[in-house]
Amino acid sequence: MLNSYETVFILTPVLSDVQMKETVEKFRNMILESGGEIVNDENWGLRKLAYPIQKKSTGFYNLLEFKAEPSFIEKLEVMYRRDERVIRFLTFKLDKYALQYSEKRRTNKKEKKEN
Amino acid sequence: MAQNQSEIRYLTPPSVEIKKKKYCRFKKNKIKYVDYKDPEFLKKFLNEQGKILPRRLTGTSLKYQRKVAQAIKRARHLALLPYVTDLMK
Repeated sequence: MLNSYETVFILTPVLSDVQMKETVEKFRNMILESGGEIVNDENWGLRKLAYPIQKKSTGFYNLLEFKAEPSFIEKLEVMYRRDERVIRFLTFKLDKYALQYSEKRRTNKKEKKEN
Repeated sequence: MAQNQSEIRYLTPPSVEIKKKKYCRFKKNKIKYVDYKDPEFLKKFLNEQGKILPRRLTGTSLKYQRKVAQAIKRARHLALLPYVTDLMK
């Protein structure tokens, strides 16, 4: 049964653009390989952190909203811990209210882009 | 006796706090899910040091106060909100 999850992770700012894209691609492929399906992918880009993490005060934020098997989350988190480019991550199970909220957010974000 | 009672002149008029009926903003405008990703909204529930405001000040009901607290802690984990700061507002 595919649950819907949402994961936000922060990459170190030291990375070049290519490396950053490649890491995001790596996690995307992992989800797709495991039979999951990516619903939404947002890149918040370089943002200032509220407090320094690993002596760095900025980071690349990336949001991935996807549907996956519950057992897959464990593997995903092991990959996060193993990859040293990711300095912070959070995976979150979307219940029905959270799901409605994210859909609403996506629709009005698209409207904002259009007008 | 009553006469000099009114004699007492206060330097500053005793400001009686008009009791504003507090309401839970989540119940009122039917918000069901507190998003941990937008810090602007969560900042309304933090004081200057970045600490979570108690329910008696914000007036939120217990169910939503827990959701707000959980969302704030997640936002702090993701460095969207500071754990402790001064003069954040």
